[in-house]
Amino acid sequence: MADPMRIRAQASGSSAVVRVLMSHEMESGQRKDAAGKTIPAWHITDVTATHNGKTVMTAEWGPAVSKNPFLQFTIKGAKAGDKIGISWKDNKGDSRTDEAVVS
Amino acid sequence: MRKTILLLALGLGAGSATLAQKSATESIEEYRAMLADGNPADLFEAKGEALWKQARGPKNASVERCDLGKGPGVVKGAFVELPRYFADTGKVQDLESRLVTCMETLQGFDGKAIAQTPFNQGEQNNVTALATWVAAESKGMKFNLPQSHTQERVAYEVGKRLFFMRGGPHDFSCASCHGEEGKRIRLQDLPVLTKNPGNGVGFAAWPAYRVSNGQMWSMQQRLNDCYRQQRFPYPIFGSDALTALSTYLGVNAQGAVSAVPTIKR
Repeated sequence: MADPMRIRAQASGSSAVVRVLMSHEMESGQRKDAAGKTIPAWHITDVTATHNGKTVMTAEWGPAVSKNPFLQFTIKGAKAGDKIGISWKDNKGDSRTDEAVVS
Repeated sequence: MRKTILLLALGLGAGSATLAQKSATESIEEYRAMLADGNPADLFEAKGEALWKQARGPKNASVERCDLGKGPGVVKGAFVELPRYFADTGKVQDLESRLVTCMETLQGFDGKAIAQTPFNQGEQNNVTALATWVAAESKGMKFNLPQSHTQERVAYEVGKRLFFMRGGPHDFSCASCHGEEGKRIRLQDLPVLTKNPGNGVGFAAWPAYRVSNGQMWSMQQRLNDCYRQQRFPYPIFGSDALTALSTYLGVNAQGAVSAVPTIKR
């Protein structure tokens, strides 16, 4: 199973800034190993963010996103105590969901 | 008159060249500051913390009771006092080699097998994660390596000699790059390591996350790669040579504030 994400969500004014660090290899499928064989692509394909259970953002990611990606976005109307959920799915069918509370 | 203009033009040219160079290092600093906000080292730190408490290995035990120099289980402040002498092993040990000792004695892992595992593979990943977490627990504290035991002073002296020892096809020593001010490799400014290079620089900056390859590097791997760049044979993981070198760097960094885990190019 995948390692947990690190999610920080901080309220500022009438919105909250969410910062997420995901632990993922994000193999592009373009690299070759020492034996010259192509290393198969292995990366996150879908990212979903929820605010108190309601989806506020979805993203489709490809092989160009870096290893251990960092994602930052702002949710309008989010305040301290609200629940932020982030989930990702990768092209091997693995997924991970983590939650954080806005501080 | 024409001569003056020419001189003026030359002066301007030189001026803008230094200006451009300065802004290049400045923009790298800016880039690092941006990355530091989402340092993936956090992920390794979290992993290390979980590993510390997790029962693993042939003995199915955790390393929670590991003595890092300040008593069994004491983590905070341990990093800034390593390498130091340990009576139970009769050796001066740095953080990584001490962690391997604990994995051996408490969890029943084969320490030799771990030392022979290449970096960023298998159990080495776990050693690095543990080292990252342990080191991060001392963030903001000042380096204060003990030098009271004879072996610790011997390690310092040996480390000093290794630092200045020239060899390999390039006839390089550590001091070739880290012995005077103003040296750099491409755009990386190199710290002077014969004295305290400042807070969060040099010895006080590793373990660090390398953005360029997405790897978490411990001090052992940092030194190993310095030797690779010198075209030297690499010292073995956890060897006395690397510990001695770390002792030399750590003692020189006396009073420097640890910024670990940091983020690097």
